[in-house]
Amino acid sequence: MAEQRNQRPSAVPGGPPGPGMGMPGRGPGGRNRMMAAPEKPKNIRETLARLWSYLKQQRTGLIIVFIMTIASSGLMLLGPLLIGRAIDNYIETHDVSGLLRMCIFLIGVYVAAALTTFFQSYVMAGVSQRTVWHIRTELFAKLQRLPLRFFDSKTHGELMSRTTNDVENISQVLNQSVTQFLNSIITLTGSLAVMLYLNVWLTLVTLVTIPLVVFITNQIAKTTRKHFSGQQKHLGELNGYIEETVTGQKVIKTFVHEQSSIEQFEIINDKLRKSGTKAQIFSGTIFPTLNVINNLNFALMAGVGGLLVLYNLATIGVVVSFLNYSRQFGRPINELANLFNMIQSAIAGAERVFQIMDESEEYETKEFEAEEKTRALAKPSQTVEVSEEDAIKYGKVVFDRVHFSYDGETPILKNISFEAEPGSMIALVGPTGAGKTTIVNLLTRFYEINEGRITIDGKDLKDYDKNALRSQLGIVLQDAYLFSDTIRENIRYGRLDATDEEVERAAKLANADTFIRKLPQGYDTVLTAEGNNLSEGQRQLLTIARAILAEPKILILDEATSSIDTRTEMHIQEAFANLMKNRTSFVIAHRLSTIREADMILVINNGEIIERGTHDELLEAKGFYYDLYTSQFKRAV
Amino acid sequence: MFRLLRYLKPHWKLAVLAPLLLLVEVASDLLQPMLMASIINDGVMKQDLAHVQSTGLLMIGVALVGLLGGLGCIIFASIASQNFGADLRRNIYKKVQTFSFHNLDQFKTGSLVTRLTNDVMQMQMFVQMLMRILTRAPVTALGSLILAFVISPSLAVILIIVIPVLITVLITILRKAMPLFSAVQKKLDGVNTVLLENLTGMRVVKAFVRAIYEKSRFGKANDDYRDQAIRAARMMAYLHPVMMMLLNGSIVIALWFGGNQYWNQTLPLGDLVAFINYVTHVMFSLMMTSMMLMFITRAKVSADRINEVFDTEPDIISPKTPKGKTIQGHVAFENVSFAYNASDQNAEPEWVLKEISFSAKPGETIAILGATGSGKSTLVHLISRLYDVTSGQVLIDGVNVKEMDLHELRSQIGYVLQKPILFSGTIKENIRFGRPDASDEEVEAAARAAQAHEFIAKLPDGYDTPLGQRGVNLSGGQKQRISIARALLIRPRILILDDSTSAVDLATESRIQAALKEGKEERTTILIAQRISSVLEADRILVMDEGRIVAEGNHAQLMDTSSVYQEIYRSQLGKEEISYG
Repeated sequence: MAEQRNQRPSAVPGGPPGPGMGMPGRGPGGRNRMMAAPEKPKNIRETLARLWSYLKQQRTGLIIVFIMTIASSGLMLLGPLLIGRAIDNYIETHDVSGLLRMCIFLIGVYVAAALTTFFQSYVMAGVSQRTVWHIRTELFAKLQRLPLRFFDSKTHGELMSRTTNDVENISQVLNQSVTQFLNSIITLTGSLAVMLYLNVWLTLVTLVTIPLVVFITNQIAKTTRKHFSGQQKHLGELNGYIEETVTGQKVIKTFVHEQSSIEQFEIINDKLRKSGTKAQIFSGTIFPTLNVINNLNFALMAGVGGLLVLYNLATIGVVVSFLNYSRQFGRPINELANLFNMIQSAIAGAERVFQIMDESEEYETKEFEAEEKTRALAKPSQTVEVSEEDAIKYGKVVFDRVHFSYDGETPILKNISFEAEPGSMIALVGPTGAGKTTIVNLLTRFYEINEGRITIDGKDLKDYDKNALRSQLGIVLQDAYLFSDTIRENIRYGRLDATDEEVERAAKLANADTFIRKLPQGYDTVLTAEGNNLSEGQRQLLTIARAILAEPKILILDEATSSIDTRTEMHIQEAFANLMKNRTSFVIAHRLSTIREADMILVINNGEIIERGTHDELLEAKGFYYDLYTSQFKRAV
Repeated sequence: MFRLLRYLKPHWKLAVLAPLLLLVEVASDLLQPMLMASIINDGVMKQDLAHVQSTGLLMIGVALVGLLGGLGCIIFASIASQNFGADLRRNIYKKVQTFSFHNLDQFKTGSLVTRLTNDVMQMQMFVQMLMRILTRAPVTALGSLILAFVISPSLAVILIIVIPVLITVLITILRKAMPLFSAVQKKLDGVNTVLLENLTGMRVVKAFVRAIYEKSRFGKANDDYRDQAIRAARMMAYLHPVMMMLLNGSIVIALWFGGNQYWNQTLPLGDLVAFINYVTHVMFSLMMTSMMLMFITRAKVSADRINEVFDTEPDIISPKTPKGKTIQGHVAFENVSFAYNASDQNAEPEWVLKEISFSAKPGETIAILGATGSGKSTLVHLISRLYDVTSGQVLIDGVNVKEMDLHELRSQIGYVLQKPILFSGTIKENIRFGRPDASDEEVEAAARAAQAHEFIAKLPDGYDTPLGQRGVNLSGGQKQRISIARALLIRPRILILDDSTSAVDLATESRIQAALKEGKEERTTILIAQRISSVLEADRILVMDEGRIVAEGNHAQLMDTSSVYQEIYRSQLGKEEISYG
């Protein structure tokens, strides 16, 4: 937020308050960026063309804004000219009725200027907000279509900052900078024209200071940039430190580490203080410097103008008009540099936004999008309809020599082959990082396999409609993710058209009903995003209820019960048994007790199936599984 | 908000000097039209060439003096505000360090981070603004007004009438706009919430094929935000034209009356021009002020959030005259009950622990077993006084923990939290966290005991491998083992393991258990576990259910006496296994 001196304040002072507080991963860089060295967009032309494709949908509004801006800038230019006229032609000549006419005319001009300015801001507010609304909508839709692989490579903070900070930046620039930019250019050329018309010599004197302004601004910007990147660096460092230690505050407490944390903090804090002071001082010098140039210009005008009047080369009215114009003229020059930086950084932001929009999608077909649109219009909360050919009838799952790697280099799964008979329970066992979760990730097509084939009921997984496929798989994931909504709605997430009774029945089956009822608001308890109000185990029970409600054809439990104590788990075993009945199910668990009943246990190590068979068979074999198992129980028996 | 300005106090010299120097700059700005009037009146009108020249030079001189003032102001204001920001940040950070777990629960982690970063930045900017623009605008307006008066009291009457009207209009519009803007903020938070949830829960959204549903949810938030933002921006659209209108109107009126006065010979022409210039100054300054008002409200929000941190009293503090220094490790709970919401007078206490009594001797291993939410973690939190008991008492070596020095108490308790949190830095630094002066050999020994040495040694830089965002990512089990090593390194008298091997595979867990036997005589071990296998060898097992200890004894005893224990046992082993061996 640069200091604006002798400048026309923008239509929306300061713009809307900064984006959301309390958002993780969001440093205070947003607002500061304007003062820092501007980021340069890589491909301005293309980015502008794309921005235009959004803007042009507001064509009528834009045309109005354009006309209003020209009109208001022109009218504002007229003011000083008319005042000079009034002094020369009417005041000096004692023309009472002339002065009166001129005053009335001036009032008319100012009223018109105010009205056009008002309409310009009023209409532009709608134009810019609708435009960024559109961008935000498309961006969100795009995020929904991106594969998980994309999210793996980006931090949430980074994506949040693109969708909020960057888009917000575009909105602000559209809202103020664009019209200001237009206004500045018109004012600049307009005053230059009027000045030339009034007096060529005085105009030349005014122009003398321009190179000076440009030179000084450049010099200051150059030195400032260096200090700002230093400040940004230390700021990032400090924010990182704060984020980390505040998150780990409980560890700090238990290890009585407070004092050394503070000491470390002070070191970084002090570095930031020093670099920040330098950056502020150097960037700050620009304001008094430009101000003094303005004043020098003013002095020059007054002095030279006075001399010109003395030699009858100019009239007093002309000098007065000039003094006004020189202020009007100097303002846009200062402003343009500032605006240019802001616009540049917004374009860079837009570029980052468009980068996401260009990421390749998880869904191959564009028709999907169109279809989705019409469906969304018809009934936004409708569940996916599964066509006849995509319906899973039996649930026979076959992995045929499947190879997979996340990055194309390190193989994660090697030559995985197995057959899961309809209705059977397959357990995946093995050390952390062996590739168990990856196997189920392939089944849901969160990732695409590199080699081999996966079929369900004989049909290649790739031939299934992705949505139809997923809607028939019930997945309970390792981290029990719940939304900040009521418990009821969180369970209903499994099947949006489920009735309250069905929701409660699912909760009962998952053994969650008891604890939910004990909560003060019962099913209407609103969960917080951080989920402080439920224990990890309780959250897992809710996700199980959610999966139960979904009535999937194939069930996937990825460490679904890891945070539930075994006794509770035993109580929901029945629910699981019900759930698994007639359903092919895949179960990943550390706890071997969970998987003893499995029809087939696949022991995975280093991306390969090293053993397979039933619990008894594997114990007989006295292999890897036997070791795992006995390490848990040998002391018990 | 102004309470926070006390952090400016140590830098008060700078903070006073900056606005003073600013006055010099403003004065130089304000003198310009005066001098210009003199050029017209005494120079041009009287055909005095020398006067035009000398006054012109004087104007340049005045401008240069103004520059010095301006630069000085920038320098001092920057130093003062940066120092203020650094001090403020340090004090908040220090305050946060004194917070108890209970205090920390009240604020969310994310919100504390924002307060320390964003909000401090806002305040720092506000202070800088205060010393620069916020002083400048009103002073310029006031100065212009006074000088306008000096030039022509009768014309200045116009301003006396217009300015109050203007200020009223300004305040009215801002008053209407302010709630609109805070509503915008709320709507934006709504957009961000949906967005963040979708980013974190993307797997769930995809798994349940809920893209359309999420889009309509986002769409609603997005629509609300757009409409609210348009409403707010449109309200502000009035501000600028209305102010322009009023002040330009005054200029026209001044022109009319000024013209008449010139004809009456009561006002020189130069003065009229200067007067018009001052009106322009007033206009710009007031517009500036209106912009700054928005800034103040934003700073106020930040200040309130910061003050919330300062106003929170740490509810667990060390006693003034602590008892007991080196502890032996006798832990005793006497009739302890606990409710997290106990401090809330209006709410019915929700008991998490009810009448817990037990004791443990050095060398003993006490295991706590129980269902999710039965109060196990809460119980161990009370030992190192991370929370205070609601009733009853926790004794260590017969001394109430409330009477012990917090620092002494906690530094003798090795605590492995349920969620392993490590910091960026090398593995070695992380293990040394509790005892920075430990030797490399000691670090390695602790890592060996925690079964972490093997995988650490395999890492490219071994113990010097950096962790965190720029370093390697460890699996949950590996993190748990490092946090166990971290706890072992401090050679605790009491070792608390809060379900700290849940992500470790079974074989590794039993190796950890075996290693923990070494040196076990020197400490009291309290172990929370889910698996029966983890508690088999404990000297005593406390079985908890709904906040109470329902059974106590060793494995064999409990198998005979406790139905709950038997049930847990069966749930993990199953009937066939019992006969299997």
